[in-house]
Amino acid sequence: MTDQSLSKTPAIAEPRSTSMLSMLWRDKLAFCSAVVLLLIVLCALLGPALLGDLATSQNLRGRNSPPFDLARGWAFFLGGDSLGRPMLARLIVAARSTMMVAAGAVVAALAVGALLGLVAGYMGKTTSQVIMRLADVIMSFPSLLIAVVVLYVLGPSIPNMILVLAITRIPIYLRTTRAEVLEVRERMFVQAAVVMGASHWRIIARHILPVVAPTLVTIATLDFAFVMLAESSLSFLGIGIQPPDITWGLMVSQGRPYLTTAWWLALWPGVCIVITTLALNLLSNWMRIALDPAQRWRLEARSTKDE
Amino acid sequence: MTKLIGQRVIASLLSLLGLMILVFFLSRLTGDPAVLFLPIDATEEMKSQFRTLHGLDLPLFEQFGRYVWDLAHLDFGESLRKARPAIDIVLEAYAWTLPLAGITMGLVVVAAVILGSLAAFNVGGFFDRLVSIVSLIGASAPDFWIAIVAIVLFSINLGWLPTSGVGTPWHWILPVSVLFIRPFGLIVQVVRGSMLSALSAAYVKTARAKGVKNLPLIFVHTLRNAMLPVITVIGDQAAALLNGAVIVETIFGFPGIGKLMIDSILQRDFNVVLAAIMVTAIAIFIMNVLIDLAYGLLDPRIRH
Amino acid sequence: MNNALLEVRNLSVDFHTARGTVHAVKNVSWSVNRGETLAILGESGSGKSVSASAVMNILDMPPAHIVSGEIFYDGQDLLKVSYETHRALNGKKIAMIFQDPLSHLNPVYTVGWQIVEMMTAHGRPADMARARALELIKRVGIPDPEAALHKYPHQFSGGQRQRLMIAMALMLKPDILIADEPTTALDVTIQADVLALLKELQAETGMGLVLITHDLGVVAEIADRVVVMSKGEIVEAGTPRDVYHNAQHPYTRQLIGAAPGKGEIKLLDSAEPVLLETKKLCKTYGEFTALKDVSLVLHRGQCLAVVGESGSGKSTLARSILRLEKADSGEALWKGKDLLAMNARDLLGMRREIQMVFQDPTQSLNPRMSVYQLISEGWDIHKLMPDKAARQTRVAELLAQVGLAPEHAARYPHQFSGGQRQRIAIARALALEPELIICDEAVSALDVSIQAQVIALLDDLRKRLGISFLFIAHDLGVVRDFADTVIVMKAGEIVERGPTRQIFEAPQHAYTQRLLAANLDPDPEIQAQRRLAGATP
Repeated sequence: MTDQSLSKTPAIAEPRSTSMLSMLWRDKLAFCSAVVLLLIVLCALLGPALLGDLATSQNLRGRNSPPFDLARGWAFFLGGDSLGRPMLARLIVAARSTMMVAAGAVVAALAVGALLGLVAGYMGKTTSQVIMRLADVIMSFPSLLIAVVVLYVLGPSIPNMILVLAITRIPIYLRTTRAEVLEVRERMFVQAAVVMGASHWRIIARHILPVVAPTLVTIATLDFAFVMLAESSLSFLGIGIQPPDITWGLMVSQGRPYLTTAWWLALWPGVCIVITTLALNLLSNWMRIALDPAQRWRLEARSTKDE
Repeated sequence: MTKLIGQRVIASLLSLLGLMILVFFLSRLTGDPAVLFLPIDATEEMKSQFRTLHGLDLPLFEQFGRYVWDLAHLDFGESLRKARPAIDIVLEAYAWTLPLAGITMGLVVVAAVILGSLAAFNVGGFFDRLVSIVSLIGASAPDFWIAIVAIVLFSINLGWLPTSGVGTPWHWILPVSVLFIRPFGLIVQVVRGSMLSALSAAYVKTARAKGVKNLPLIFVHTLRNAMLPVITVIGDQAAALLNGAVIVETIFGFPGIGKLMIDSILQRDFNVVLAAIMVTAIAIFIMNVLIDLAYGLLDPRIRH
Repeated sequence: MNNALLEVRNLSVDFHTARGTVHAVKNVSWSVNRGETLAILGESGSGKSVSASAVMNILDMPPAHIVSGEIFYDGQDLLKVSYETHRALNGKKIAMIFQDPLSHLNPVYTVGWQIVEMMTAHGRPADMARARALELIKRVGIPDPEAALHKYPHQFSGGQRQRLMIAMALMLKPDILIADEPTTALDVTIQADVLALLKELQAETGMGLVLITHDLGVVAEIADRVVVMSKGEIVEAGTPRDVYHNAQHPYTRQLIGAAPGKGEIKLLDSAEPVLLETKKLCKTYGEFTALKDVSLVLHRGQCLAVVGESGSGKSTLARSILRLEKADSGEALWKGKDLLAMNARDLLGMRREIQMVFQDPTQSLNPRMSVYQLISEGWDIHKLMPDKAARQTRVAELLAQVGLAPEHAARYPHQFSGGQRQRIAIARALALEPELIICDEAVSALDVSIQAQVIALLDDLRKRLGISFLFIAHDLGVVRDFADTVIVMKAGEIVERGPTRQIFEAPQHAYTQRLLAANLDPDPEIQAQRRLAGATP
């Protein structure tokens, strides 16, 4: 038989398959954000090994030395702190703990939350109810207050920070995953897979996860910023990371007494935090569009218009 | 509707119970409670005295019973530092935090609804971009850093506003402003998105075909529908405002619950910490019920 | 210039989208007079609603852009008058009702408030508006009008909501009522009631009626004149009788030819062995009975149709047989084995032998999988065809079999039209060489001309491959063309069963008779005869 519908309504011209990278390039803000984040991650990975000694070596003559002065070497370009340690080097080294806590917490929360969410969304009512009530307990209380109390009892340390921040963020992933799973499993294509005899494992891996994953990645990016702010706040309050470890939040706190005399001590780490969170927010906004097949055309359309 | 509220009450009571158990185990099982409750320099004698006094030598179940019993009577014991009932100190602090949070949230909601709606009408335009940038910065800025930068700028350099304390209305300006930023950034985005989808809803087309004028079209037909998802976010943010309160109150020397909690923790005044947690949990519970009521009031589909 | 009440002249509207400019309508002209019914007939994407939206000034601009044309009402060009003048005409002189009344009524206000607003928005006092609303709600046949005023849209049924929309539209006694697919989402019996109501009200008020529809039957039933639209242009205009019998444009002829319910009725061959049999299947959801003692027999090579309106339990029946729902009691025997009690291994085997084609291919195809992945997924599940080259050949064969090209295998579902997507879904079902295909409203979401092609494809597969079908549908015309045995369901029960000819030519049960009577025939003469016959007894 012949197909008239084919000739009558030709399939929409196939859009040039646009890779993620070129879509990122279309959105200049998101592209810059990605570059900035990459730089920060590099600092976090390599910084301590390269600059560890420089960042801790005290230099009494360089105490609170003002920024933009290259007389003491590039490391003092952003000034020196109250013990004469170079700010720039310290900022780079501090990136590691800051990133480690945030990444650890986000990855742990994402893994546990997504797993529990899948279980809650896919299993029977009782299991789901128990999991959701547990999430409610955590959600019903301001996250910073939970962290404050738990750190008070357990004592502040990097693993404890990761643990407590992860626990407070699990419900976000759990709820999102469960809601999406509940919605996706009712979709017709999942039912079609069931009718074909697909196993639970196959349905989760092939049909549900690919739909849920982009949402989770988008949220995780945004959440990374949130966790970073929470860690900074805790460190600033003195119940987070303790010296000699340093994070940007702790550096703001250490610079606070010198606000009137050496503003740069508190300013630079704050700027680092703002830049990182801003980049994460922008990248997350871009992902929300790029990872959604229904919205991706916005970026693809822009690409054809640009050329 | 009553069933919904009933379910919420039961769920919240369960949450409260969960929290109580959590705090109990955290305080009893992670180490010696006497160490937690007493000052760091307490002698061994003081510790054993403390244990007998608070029944810490009793079996765990009995301890838990006494703990629940005391909580049910809002009896959290005395503050170790101030020699007054912990609950009194907490309630006094709330008397400061509630107006701070209330004023801030009121301003946030009004500003976010107006600006978010305007951005939605003008989607893609200059105003929309402005709102997007402001909200992005609001969501990205660390509040503690904004607070200290604001102190340097407005209090120290310009000398316009007091640095800390609560004496005059001027003292409220900086704490409210700093507290405002984060929830505003989040809620304005939700209002904008929600308003955008409500404006393209089919019933708006019907209203236009009926010849409804623009103002009632926007504020009667659309806004009420758009507010439904916003209400939920407002509830979450109102609870999360306490996160900000901890920071802002500590920095601005504002005698509210956030500062009290941090001070009590740094001074190891565990009874006050415990009382603060429980009162906060109850306050959030009440607010959740109010949010549910507001939701039911706005959406008849929930009511029936 | 003639004295038409409303006249659209040479209207052209473009849509500026990200993928380029689309000419939604080109040089469209039509007019309507007092007391007259004009039907605008067209399939999806034909631009049939665009000119009406331009009349009401409810086109979203952008993306829409009016290129040229005039819309004359009462001597003034509506495209030139001020926004305020146009607004004051909307609802008062020209009113509009829409396809899906649930989403077109504001969910958070009472229907009384919304109906009253039609008058208060035009400066009439509220108490007068209330009295008029009460009168109209009574007139359109809503029980307990006083209480209905205080209810919300979600508390009414679909048919009632459309009646309320009509009441709202008539509040200010408009000169013209525009109805955009007013009965499309409704069951046939309710569609008949709503169309009858519209006709009565038109006779009472003398308003002009513009009815936008895709359904030839609706045109035959109600229209005085019809314009046929295709790809944004009017290709044919005239009385329904003229257009039906003497269509000039090939598109119109194709459309009329595709109308279901005109083919030869098939004969049943029951000598073949029984393939599927259900015995007293029952299913309830709380108070609601979805299935009650449903027993049916399906022979090999047969096509058994299950017909019913929404809520009749016909989809639950299919889902229960496939174990997508758990039946409360009863048996479903697949080749003599109860598939409701099968173990996992037998179940997997059954899943290969029975396939399903769903209503909406947009939703039943995973948007993130290519056509190749979609079709070959069944082989992955059942560990068939390990050889990749063999798979590729077979996918190409299957695509050819359903009328698509082999190079379509690399594409994704969103790159196809609705009819093509349903072909992909059918190819996927064929991949496992099933013995039975269950079609749940498999052609209801498609345009009439596409529908006819898909039915022809299914029929061809049945003849060539000997596949049996359980065909679930609400559209009697489609069933008449395709099935050889029919079961009629109502409220979870089978009310009548028999060979297709018997059901269509000599229905026994009163409900079947009503269903057939309400089903609109595309031929205006037959509809006219039926109206006469219906009026006399």
